[in-house]
Amino acid sequence: MTENNKKKKGFSRRKFLVRTAIGTGVLLGTGYLTRHMWRRTIFTEVDKGESPYLGDASTPGIWFEITKDNEVILYSPKVEMGQGTHTGLAQIAADELEIDIEKIIVKHAESASTNVDPFATGGSTSIMGLFQPLRELSATMREMLKNKAAEKLGVAVTTLAVTNGVISGGGKSMTFGEVVEGVTDWVVPDVPPLKAMKDYKYIGKPVARVDLHDKVIGAPIFGMDASLPGMLYGSVCRSEKIGAKYIGADTTAAENMPGVVKIVKEKDFVGVVAKSYQEAENAKNAIKAEWKVDRNWTSADIEEMIEVGKGKPVVIQKEGNAKSILKEEGIITAEYKSPLGAHAQLELNGALVNVEGDKATVYISTQVVKITQDEVADRLGISSENVNIKPMYLGGGFGRRLHTPNAIQAAVLSKAVGQPVKCFFNRKEEFQNDTFRPPTHHVMKAKLTDDGKIEAIEHNVSSGDVMFGSALIPVDLSGFLGADVGAWRGGMFQYKAIPNHRAVSWRVKLPFATSWWRSLGLLANTFAIESFMDELSIAAKKDPVQFRLDHIQDDLAGNRLKNVIKACAEKAGWKDGVEGNRAMGFAASTDASTPVAQVVEVSVEGNQIKVHKVTCAMDPGIAVNPDQVRAQIEGCIIMGISASMFEKMYVEDGSLEPTIYGPYQMAQMRHAPKEIEVVLLQGVDKPGAVGEPPIGPIGAAIANAVFRITGKRLREMPLELN
Amino acid sequence: MKISFTINGSAQSVEVDENTPLLWVVRDVLDLKGTKFGCGKAACGACTLHVEGEQIRSCSYPIKMVEGKNVTTIEGLSSGDSLHAVQQAWKEEIVPQCGYCQPGFMMATAAMLDKIPNPTDEDIDKNIQNICRCGTYYRMRKAIHRAAAIKSSSE
Repeated sequence: MTENNKKKKGFSRRKFLVRTAIGTGVLLGTGYLTRHMWRRTIFTEVDKGESPYLGDASTPGIWFEITKDNEVILYSPKVEMGQGTHTGLAQIAADELEIDIEKIIVKHAESASTNVDPFATGGSTSIMGLFQPLRELSATMREMLKNKAAEKLGVAVTTLAVTNGVISGGGKSMTFGEVVEGVTDWVVPDVPPLKAMKDYKYIGKPVARVDLHDKVIGAPIFGMDASLPGMLYGSVCRSEKIGAKYIGADTTAAENMPGVVKIVKEKDFVGVVAKSYQEAENAKNAIKAEWKVDRNWTSADIEEMIEVGKGKPVVIQKEGNAKSILKEEGIITAEYKSPLGAHAQLELNGALVNVEGDKATVYISTQVVKITQDEVADRLGISSENVNIKPMYLGGGFGRRLHTPNAIQAAVLSKAVGQPVKCFFNRKEEFQNDTFRPPTHHVMKAKLTDDGKIEAIEHNVSSGDVMFGSALIPVDLSGFLGADVGAWRGGMFQYKAIPNHRAVSWRVKLPFATSWWRSLGLLANTFAIESFMDELSIAAKKDPVQFRLDHIQDDLAGNRLKNVIKACAEKAGWKDGVEGNRAMGFAASTDASTPVAQVVEVSVEGNQIKVHKVTCAMDPGIAVNPDQVRAQIEGCIIMGISASMFEKMYVEDGSLEPTIYGPYQMAQMRHAPKEIEVVLLQGVDKPGAVGEPPIGPIGAAIANAVFRITGKRLREMPLELN
Repeated sequence: MKISFTINGSAQSVEVDENTPLLWVVRDVLDLKGTKFGCGKAACGACTLHVEGEQIRSCSYPIKMVEGKNVTTIEGLSSGDSLHAVQQAWKEEIVPQCGYCQPGFMMATAAMLDKIPNPTDEDIDKNIQNICRCGTYYRMRKAIHRAAAIKSSSE
C-alpha cells in the first residue's frame, strides 16, 4: 500500500476497511496485428482463465467485523452456490488473521455494505481471484489489531504475538474483541509479508464446510426461504411459446378469486399478488394473457440452424497449415453433436422484494449482485444505492443465476401493493425460461502420418451463443470478437505438438436464450475432440493414452497435462480392451489452465450403459481445500454423466420441452458411479480453476469405453445405444 | 377448512383450503423452511417429509390427508441438540454442496432406514429416487451406509 493509505480513516466501531490492489486486465498492443491475429491473441489469453478479483478497491467496503465474543465475521462479496467458496475464504482469512476457523463466520456481503463484486460469482474464479487479496486483507487487519493492541496495552508492537484471536506480549494479552472495543479510527499499515505456504494451518487442508451444519438441519438459508412480516406472494404470467411478446390481458376471472390482493398490469407483463402461493398461482392461471408469436418453432428448425458451415466462422486457433493439408487424400473425418441442455438447478429463480418509498430490499439467490441491484433500481426509477441486495445461499447456480431478472417483477409487484412480495417461477416456467446450454455440431478432420502421428487436425464447432447477449457482458462484443468465447470453451486443441492444428467457431443466434452453463462449451467440445482423438488412436493402432502423450508439447501447460494423464492412467490401472463385461475409456481436457484426465469403467447390459468407476487426476495448482476439490470433481463427474447420458431439451409446437424432472431425465442415485478415485497434483504454486474443469472429459471417456465393448461409436449426446 | 395434526411432536390446527399441498402449509403457514419446493409434481423429492413415518412428497399431498396424523420434517428429525444418525452421517461425509435438495434426501433416507436398517446398494438405488443437481450421490451413498452403522451401533 502507498503512503496515502496510511492516513487515519473514519472506521466505525468494530468494523474494518482494508484496501487491496485491483488486478489489471491484459492490455494488448493490437495496432500492428491483423484482426485475425489479435482475435486469436485475445482468445489464447481468455483460454488461460486467469481471473483477478475485480472488486473495487477505491470504494469503501467492509470485509471484517469483530464481535464481542471474539468472532470474526467475514463479509464475502462472492456468493456460496455449493462449490465451498465460503469455506475456502474462511480458511484463507483464518490463516493470516491467526484465529481458529471455528471463530470465522462467513456471511454474504449485502450490497449496502458496498463490498460488492462488480462482476459475478462464477467461472471457477472465486478462490483463484481472492487467494492473494484476501490473504493480504487478513494479514493487514491482523497488523492493525496488533498496532491498536500495542497502544492499548502500552507495549511495543514488536513484542506482540497473535494466537487464535488473542494478542499477547510483555505479560499482557487482549482478544481481538477487546482490542476493537471503543476504537473508532484505524490506521491501515502496509501489507505485511505473508506467511509461507508450509506455515498455513488451514490452507491446503481438508477442512469441513463452514455451512455444513446449517445444511444438515434444514436452516432457512436459501433465497426461497426468505420471509418478512406481512409478506405476500406474487405470480407473473408467462407464455409457453418461444419468442412470445406480451400484448395485454383479460384479468376479469382472476380479480375476485380467493386470496387475490391485486392484479398488476404493466406494459411488459401482467401479474397477481395474493395471500398465499397457491392463491397467487391459481389467480395467475385464470388470467387470459395475450401474446404475439411470430413463428411456431420446432426442433427441426433449431437443428437446421446448428450446422457447421452456416453463419460466420472465426478461426480461434491456428498453427501451421492444417487447412490445406486437410484438403488432401486420406483424411479421417467425423461429426459429433450435443443437445440443448437445461440448468435444472433445484431452487427456482425468484426473489423477495420489499419496496418502501424510494428504497428497496431484495432477498435473492443470485450470482450477479450488482446487475440485480442496477436492474431493480432502473425499473423502480430510484438510485442503485437505494436498492439493497441481500444475497442468500443459492440452491444451485451453474451459471443459471448470472442473470436474475425475476427480482424486477417482484419489485414492481411489491411497489404496487406496498408490502413485501415473494415471487418465484414454478418448475415449468423455470424450464421454459432457462438460459440453456446451447446445442452444438462439430466436424473433426485429421490426417495421420505413416508412423501413426497426427500431421494435421481441425475442429469446426457450430454453437448457439453463450457470452454474446448475456447480461453479464453489457457491451455487444460479437462484432469485435466474432467468436463467442463461451461457445468455443474447450474447443481449442491442447495437443500443441501436432504441427498443424486449427479450430474454427461458427456462431448461431437461436430464438431463445442460451448462455452460461457450468463449464460453458467445455463438455461438448471435449466430447468431440476427445472422442475423435480416440478414433484417431485406433486408426493409428496406438494406445489412446500414449497417443495423447505423443502429441503434447513440452512447456508448463503441456507438462501439467502429461502429468495428470500419466497419474490418472497409473491410478486407474489403465488397460485398453474389454475385461469381463467392462471396458475402460479415457479422455482429458484443459479448462482455464486446469488439466484433468479421467478413466471410466463401463459395462453395457442390453442397451443400458453403466458407469461403475471413474478415476480422475487433476492439477488445480494449490488446492485450498482438497476435500472440497474432490467434492467438485465428484459433482462434476455426476453432473457430466447426467448431461452426457440423459439430458435433452427439445422444441415442440413452439414450446421448449420437457418442463418437469423425469421427462427431463437426469442422473439419479442408481446412475452415479460407486467408485470415484481422485488424484490431485500441484503443478503451479497458486490456486486455479476447480468448479468446472472436471466436467470436461466424462462424456468422451464414456463414449470411448462403450466403443470398446460394443464396436459402436456414439457421436451424439445424450449417449444412447439402440 | 380446519385440519388438525401433529407436526414434529406438537399438535397443530390450520385453517386452509383442504386441497392445499402439505408443503405450503409446512413452509408458509408453520414457517418450517427446511422442506423445499422443487417441482410441485412429486418428481424431484426436494419436499420429502414423513407422514406416519412414511416418506411423502409433500408438494403433491393435500393437507386434508394429514388430519389426525403425525408429520415429521427435517426440523423434527433431530431431537434437541442431538442430530439424527442420518444428519450425523451427512456431516461426517461432508455431503452437501449447494444443500437445497439435502433435507429431502435425508428424510427419504431416514424413512428407508426405519424399514431396512442395513440397506444394500440396490436397496439404496431403489428407495432413494430424489434428484440432486450438484451430483452428491456418491457421498450420499457413503453417508447412507454410515448412517445405518451409526444407527445400529446406538440401538
